[in-house]
Amino acid sequence: MPTAANPSPVFQVNQITKTYQMGEVAVHALRGVSLELFQGELSVLLGASGSGKSTLLNILGGLDTPTQGQVLYQGKELSLDLSLATETELTDYRRFHVGFVFQFYNLIPSLTAAENVAVVTEIAKAPMTPSEALELVGLENRLNHFPAQLSGGEQQRVAIARAIAKNPDVLLCDEPTGALDSKTGIKVLEALAKINQELGTTTSIITHNAGIASMADRVIKLIDGQIVDIQQNDSRIQAQDLSW
Amino acid sequence: MRMQALAIAMVIVSGVAIFIMSLSTYDSLKETRDSYYRVHQFSDVFANLTRAPMSLAQRIEAIPGVAKVETRVVTYVNLDVPGFKDPVSGHMISLPRHQERQMNRLFLTQGRLVDPSRDNEIVISVEFAKAHQLELGDKIWAIINGRRQALTIVGKGMSPEYIYQIAPGAMFPDYQRYGVMWVARKPLASAYDMEGAFNNVTLKLNRNIEPKAIIEQLDNLLKPYGGTGAIDRHDQLSHRFLDEELKQLQNMATMFPIIFFAVAAFLLNVVVSRLISLQREQIAILKAFGYSNLAVGVHYSKLILMIVVMGIFIGTFLGIWMGTSMSELYSQFYSFPYLVYELKPWVLVSAGVVSIGVALVGTLYAVRKAIKLPPAEGMRPDQVAIYRPTVVERWGLQTLFSQPTRMILRHLERRPLKSLLTSLGISMAFGIMMVGGFQEGAINHMIDVQYKLSQREDMMVFFVEPSAEDALYSLKSLEGVQHTEGIRMVNARLRHEHRSYRTGVQGIEPDSELRQLLDANLSPIHIPKDGVVITDYLAQKLHLKLNDLMTIEVLDGKRPVLQVPVAGIVKEYVGLNAYMHRDTLNHLLKEGNVISGALLTVDEDAQQSLYAKLKNMPKVVGVVEQSAAIDGFNETMEETILFFTFISTLLGGSIAFGVVYNSMRIALSERHRELASLRVLGFRRSEVAFILLGEMALLTFIAIPLGFLIGYGLCAYLAFNFDSDLYRIPLVLGIDVYAFSALVVIVSSLISGSLIWRNLAHLDMVAVLKAKE
Repeated sequence: MPTAANPSPVFQVNQITKTYQMGEVAVHALRGVSLELFQGELSVLLGASGSGKSTLLNILGGLDTPTQGQVLYQGKELSLDLSLATETELTDYRRFHVGFVFQFYNLIPSLTAAENVAVVTEIAKAPMTPSEALELVGLENRLNHFPAQLSGGEQQRVAIARAIAKNPDVLLCDEPTGALDSKTGIKVLEALAKINQELGTTTSIITHNAGIASMADRVIKLIDGQIVDIQQNDSRIQAQDLSW
Repeated sequence: MRMQALAIAMVIVSGVAIFIMSLSTYDSLKETRDSYYRVHQFSDVFANLTRAPMSLAQRIEAIPGVAKVETRVVTYVNLDVPGFKDPVSGHMISLPRHQERQMNRLFLTQGRLVDPSRDNEIVISVEFAKAHQLELGDKIWAIINGRRQALTIVGKGMSPEYIYQIAPGAMFPDYQRYGVMWVARKPLASAYDMEGAFNNVTLKLNRNIEPKAIIEQLDNLLKPYGGTGAIDRHDQLSHRFLDEELKQLQNMATMFPIIFFAVAAFLLNVVVSRLISLQREQIAILKAFGYSNLAVGVHYSKLILMIVVMGIFIGTFLGIWMGTSMSELYSQFYSFPYLVYELKPWVLVSAGVVSIGVALVGTLYAVRKAIKLPPAEGMRPDQVAIYRPTVVERWGLQTLFSQPTRMILRHLERRPLKSLLTSLGISMAFGIMMVGGFQEGAINHMIDVQYKLSQREDMMVFFVEPSAEDALYSLKSLEGVQHTEGIRMVNARLRHEHRSYRTGVQGIEPDSELRQLLDANLSPIHIPKDGVVITDYLAQKLHLKLNDLMTIEVLDGKRPVLQVPVAGIVKEYVGLNAYMHRDTLNHLLKEGNVISGALLTVDEDAQQSLYAKLKNMPKVVGVVEQSAAIDGFNETMEETILFFTFISTLLGGSIAFGVVYNSMRIALSERHRELASLRVLGFRRSEVAFILLGEMALLTFIAIPLGFLIGYGLCAYLAFNFDSDLYRIPLVLGIDVYAFSALVVIVSSLISGSLIWRNLAHLDMVAVLKAKE
């Protein structure tokens, strides 16, 4: 039952498994994961490399489908069973509802910062302008720079601007600070927290860095493809106060 | 990589195939001809005259350098073939008593030679027999000196003199309406008052003797006997046509392979460069493990060699198949007793060496880069690509472009040379297609100009000897004849300074409707009262300009030598001719107002009965009807054109596919990360495909005008090379030629595009998120 303290779940994950065939070996990336993520929540999926956290995020983001189990998405305008959706449905789901931030930014090298954001706003339904998005991450003065002319932290903030510019329902971040030093990483996390608070975007960050966990509403720990612990933080620590 | 290697191999296949095809066909044709000439004793010098006593033969034999002399009686006759209504004419050549001594020996495919003592036996050319389905023992009728005589076919044969069997003045062979035949000398001589005399002589010269000096002495000897000027092999019609054909094959053997090998080298270069940059880490690791630079170089050279060797292997088989098919096509046009398909080892070896050499040179730079790469540097990622806004965007037009379009433009502009070479590669496909399509249109145009605009008669009638103009009235009175024009023709040698050319001078009527002279724009011009009008190519050949004085040495009758100013230059694609006002020509010849023949237009319905009447007119020696010959030619050409269209489509298509597919695969490999990222961001497959295919479409679009230019250039080069006194191929490229080449290139691109479309379905979105640039 959704209440003010416990809002409705955006994702309902029921007993999903994911098995990859790697040559002759079957890899069990997820072994029966169940989870709910709630509207406006900032969650951190914590786990070591190989724990299945990226696989889970990919399934939530509609990049992959589970081998077994069900993933229900309940957004403002769309309800979708991600485990049964077609390729076209998944593409549209990513296109209109999900914002992604990647470890290695994945910016288009031939486009400027503003254009990298415009790539997404051009195909979105009710986007902000590229300069608005870049202003939100503090890059209003770097609009016409190409990725090669930006630092790693700046590039990641462009990626965040690109992810939020479409006003997505969920923001999924895969090791957003993984390629950055801690000082730059904190700036990036500040931007993510700000978006989550100001826009109320449901945000999920995966990381192997336990130091980040205290900025989240909830911390979900994965080991060997299973959730071993879900911890509710009573209060979130400001990103600038984090350290690792 | 497999498909890419295959696409490159296909281009090499094409290059090797066309190289082997043209050179092996060239060798086959040339070797066959040479051995045929040798075994059947093809003469070195040929001369026609009016009549000379046999005793003159000894004087000719006495010319130093002359090895053998053979005199003959040769006549042009009208024939009656049972069941065939159209006029048929033929050359009737006397056979000596003893075949062994003869030059231009016959190759008998069936039957025997004629019995020298019998006057009713005949050997006919194989082609003529085939065209009329004539068998041994069948009879045909010849009008020999006005008398209709039945002749029994006792043999079918071929002669090295008539490998290309074409009626004098005709452009195409027409085996139904023109035949060559051989009869015993005695009856032919007695019919034409040639007993103890001859009107044709051929010579065999000693080795290494220049025919020029001999011809001069021979001409002097024959002059009093109505000699019309001796010629050597180079001017012998059948030999000339074969020579032109051989020249074309040589051209083909150089031009096309150069294009294919250049494209193959370019493709190998881009593909191997890309492969090396993808594998730089592996190269570095191998080197770190102690592999030498040489070992790395050899590794990549092996890969290149594998592709090339595959290309050479398949290309050789395809080339041999194409060569044999082409030789078979030639055997329809040319009359050879046998056609030995000749594939010389050096052709194979050079195809191999050239392919491998070109491939290695093409990839030298890329492989050198791999060799030079220091291991430590190789393990670091490649440098980040630097982009900037393109020129058009800097003009302030960027608002017109969506982000994907900007990606396309910037990617192209970052590597302008590669983009240009890719376009150039595609445009080569257009070029090759256009060359393939060019011939048909050009030949059709040539025929149209020659037989619709210029020679507009339905029929041409020759008289036994120049006749009074009254002859026209008797022709005109025949039922079915609509319009007649007299024409005066003399053999002549045209001279200017030290250059000369042997042809005919035609005296035509001032307001001739049936013989129209055309200016450079193909508009008719009037024949001036004074002076001579000559073919443009003849003017070039003799270095004549308007108003220059040309010397006409008439080779008939009283053989006057005339000085006449050039009063006009006309466009003609076939033969080299000189035209004069008929009255002026007759005045200069001082032979009164006579004509050599007549041009007729006739009522189609009355044509058949008209032929029959003309055949029986003793005055008439030959009737030529062009439209049937053209139809026959088109029929024969159809198969050839189909074969060439097939070949050029195969070749053009393979280049287009090779270039487009490889470029797209490389672009996909280079940009696979950003394309997958876009898919993650919610781009649809079609939107991602737009970036790749749009880039290719743009390059193809640029290639279209470039390709048309290159195609035009190649066709112009070919046409220029084919120019000869026999014919000039007009540089006419119809819209269909452009359209068809564009169609083939676009279809090849679409096929490559659809393969890439399938690749795009397998873009790994998950992997791209985890991988570093």
